[in-house]
Amino acid sequence: MLAFTIRRFLQSVIVLFVMSVIVFLGIYAIGNPVDILINPEADIAEQEETIRRLGLDKPVWTQYFTFMTNALQGDLGGSFVHNEPALRIIMERLPATMELAIGAVGLAILIGIPAGMIAGLKPESIVGRGIMAGSILGFSLPTFWVGLMLIMLFSVMLGWLPASGRGDTVELFGIQVSFLTWDGLTHIFLPALNLALFKMSLVIRLSRAGTREVMLQDYIKFARAKGLSEVRVIRVHVLKNILIPVVTVLGLELGSVIAFAVVTETVFAWPGIGKLLIDSIGNLDRPLVVAYLLLTVTMFIIINFVVDILYSLLDPRVRLGDVKS
Amino acid sequence: MSRTEIIVEEKTGVVEGQTPWRRFASDFFENRLAIAGLGVFVLIALSAIFAPWITPQDPYDLMQIDILDGRLPPGSVSGEMIYFLGTDDQGRDMLSGIFYGLRTSLSVGAASTLIALFLGGGVGLIAAYFGGRVDTIIMRIADLQLSFPAILIALILVSILGQGVDKIIIALVGVQWAYYARTIRGTALVERRREYIEAATCLALSHRRIVFRHLLPNCTPPLIVVGTVQVAHAIALEATLSFLGIGIPITEPSLGLLIKNGFDYMLSGDYWISFYPGIALLVTIVSINLVGDQLRDVLNPRLQK
Amino acid sequence: MTANEPTLSVENLQTYFFTKSGVVKAVDDVSFTVNKGEVLGLVGESGSGKSVTGFSILGLVDAPGRIAGGHIRFNGQDLAALPEKAWRDLRGSRISMVFQDPMMTLNPVLRIDTQMIEAITAHEKVSKEEARQRARDALGQVGIPSPDERLKAYPHQFSGGMRQRVAFAIALINKPDLIIADEPTTALDVTIQAQILHEAQQLCRNTGTALVWITHDLTVIAGLSDRICVMYAGRIVEAGGIDQVLDTPHHPYTHGLIGSVPSRNKRGTPLSQIPGMTPSLLNLPPGCAFRERCPRATDVCLTEPEIHVAEDGREVRCFHPFLEEALA
Repeated sequence: MLAFTIRRFLQSVIVLFVMSVIVFLGIYAIGNPVDILINPEADIAEQEETIRRLGLDKPVWTQYFTFMTNALQGDLGGSFVHNEPALRIIMERLPATMELAIGAVGLAILIGIPAGMIAGLKPESIVGRGIMAGSILGFSLPTFWVGLMLIMLFSVMLGWLPASGRGDTVELFGIQVSFLTWDGLTHIFLPALNLALFKMSLVIRLSRAGTREVMLQDYIKFARAKGLSEVRVIRVHVLKNILIPVVTVLGLELGSVIAFAVVTETVFAWPGIGKLLIDSIGNLDRPLVVAYLLLTVTMFIIINFVVDILYSLLDPRVRLGDVKS
Repeated sequence: MSRTEIIVEEKTGVVEGQTPWRRFASDFFENRLAIAGLGVFVLIALSAIFAPWITPQDPYDLMQIDILDGRLPPGSVSGEMIYFLGTDDQGRDMLSGIFYGLRTSLSVGAASTLIALFLGGGVGLIAAYFGGRVDTIIMRIADLQLSFPAILIALILVSILGQGVDKIIIALVGVQWAYYARTIRGTALVERRREYIEAATCLALSHRRIVFRHLLPNCTPPLIVVGTVQVAHAIALEATLSFLGIGIPITEPSLGLLIKNGFDYMLSGDYWISFYPGIALLVTIVSINLVGDQLRDVLNPRLQK
Repeated sequence: MTANEPTLSVENLQTYFFTKSGVVKAVDDVSFTVNKGEVLGLVGESGSGKSVTGFSILGLVDAPGRIAGGHIRFNGQDLAALPEKAWRDLRGSRISMVFQDPMMTLNPVLRIDTQMIEAITAHEKVSKEEARQRARDALGQVGIPSPDERLKAYPHQFSGGMRQRVAFAIALINKPDLIIADEPTTALDVTIQAQILHEAQQLCRNTGTALVWITHDLTVIAGLSDRICVMYAGRIVEAGGIDQVLDTPHHPYTHGLIGSVPSRNKRGTPLSQIPGMTPSLLNLPPGCAFRERCPRATDVCLTEPEIHVAEDGREVRCFHPFLEEALA
């Protein structure tokens, strides 16, 4: 177990290193770093000062070194538009995105698993087929358009839910969260649902396949032979077995959800890092763009690592190993 | 344990005298949804190709649009023009806009998929054929890329490359090549061990010949399946990027841009500007997916009857 | 229920599978009885319908199969007429079943105590503590050491033999009147097999539980059961007391089965085998199902033979049974 952890950790570090090189090369070598990192509106003296500080006049190796040193200290450059360190701005917005992402994953599980199980238990019924057709639609439909339609339906036509923005926030452990207020919940529901749709289809398909497979197993028949009610058989015996693969996949998808939040946040004007990114690209606020990319990539790698470790802890077969009597 | 202990014999479905193509066609057309999907897609493709000739207006020709006709609901008439699906804020006919947009979407989707297929397929073939360290290095890179979500990679590439139709295609290729490399490598690894490759090697045929004339044709079925589905993904991704404003530049037609435009007016009730392009996008993607699903079922050797 | 009534009485049972390719008569006109404390062996090859018979008794036949005719009387009660809830009340408490593969019988992600306790609480309202106590006792009863630790374990932490004992423990935990064991020792090695057989026999003698032991292995049956039924292609072809049938088999199939047991063959001579293969149940030949493999078949075998019951209770379904010849 320990060897596994160490190995995965080293792998993650290597990947992180490689990605930093790629982003660095992209910005410094392919793009024009002067344009990207230096505020074009600063005067000449400031620009030259910045060039010297960032080492842009030095060879590539040194530049990378400076870049990494700065990055590891949390200095990812200063935003042109906001005039503050890029990293700080991102950190301020991060809770909003995390809230949305976790809400989306939660919805995907809460709706997706039961739906998938129903589709797996009664594949030929109307409900079962309907759910499967729905899941195909779920990943065919472009997320941004679905978001628009949701707004149109629930905000414009029905007037039930607000069309954009984040609701009132409350402080929890030093972070601003909005899901603890009713206003916050009404604001978060549509964007979370929108973000969840794509993953929900995945969860539905996985749950359905898993359920069908599990129902054919002998231990289900044995459970029935014990006289257990069908409800218990499904709730305990089937559910626990499909939970492991589903949760694992979903954990891996969390990073993808965070990345995809870019779209949902734009549609719903949700003040997270995704919207920040798009705004920054539009504003040519490139240090912020670089900071976002690096941060997201890092988060991604960390999440993958954690999920890998968690999975090996979850499955009792992997965790406990075999003991012969 | 055989729970039911039944030996059931299935009849085989082979008809005398069928060529592989015929059989493929007859298998494919068994599924009515797939036929519908294919039909719809052909319609869309044709209307996209012939857009300049069949649309009432070229919405990107500034001489042809009249801003006074802006934001008209579907079915409005103005002078000689009937705006079947309404107009956007610039007075562009939505129907024409959709056709032109489809044109861009389909060509960008197809171009990026084909290029990615050749590049990725080529790389994968090389990896599979030469094996060893070449294989490991290439596959590590591909796996690395596949572990990141497509949109993130697209964002990185677009930030670096900037805007423009060609840059979008490059970004899409960058996102997709790894799927093809992986797919073809898997198939090629299996095929490589087959006897006909061994025979070809014994005949001292050049590497190039073996790879292209012998290995490649047998690896194409899964590529076709992946390619079809990927076209749908590429189209969706391009639309998403355009919607976000970092895809196709606004001077070129794009469904994503149309939808983005319409977003601002949706809250005041002018829904058609976003709605209809979205439907067009949706129908395109779903029809391609239906065809791809059926292709996958038909070409999957394990499901062969 | 009278004192002399058999625990289980299967009469003309028919379980058919209605598949797209046709009707598979997995169990076709099967009848037998099992008395209190008695062990009945149900013997046959794969595809003979023995497992489906077992499932039919519990009402666990999967679609597209179902009981198409006949009666299953348990303690006098006709099971086939019961609603599902009543059947469920019987399963696990009055009739229980042990399956063949212990690896897949126990749910790999649930602990042993969970799987045992739920078998109790499904039928009785007892506290978890009491259920756990009974689970511990049941484990002790089947000879599993340190039951407290074992209860907290997961199935993969047990060896095959232990898992099968756990399965038996679960089958016994509500003190059923009838246990159906479907090839429970086939997947285990020979020494464990012998142990379990012996213990099963003891248990039945002591508790008066009736046992139906389904197997393809005659040697297993020989030391264990009181009576035996031989099945072929969904039908019973011979039945009787174990010693009677093994010493003087009447049906050519039984004869061939016994003859092919390795220990009966002289060393150095090729093993004798029954020629041919089991027919597909979708395409049964007309008449006696064994006709094409039978050395004694004649034209009359083109019609289906009926079961013939002798005065001593022995049954045989054949036009040309071995009647007075003992085995060489």
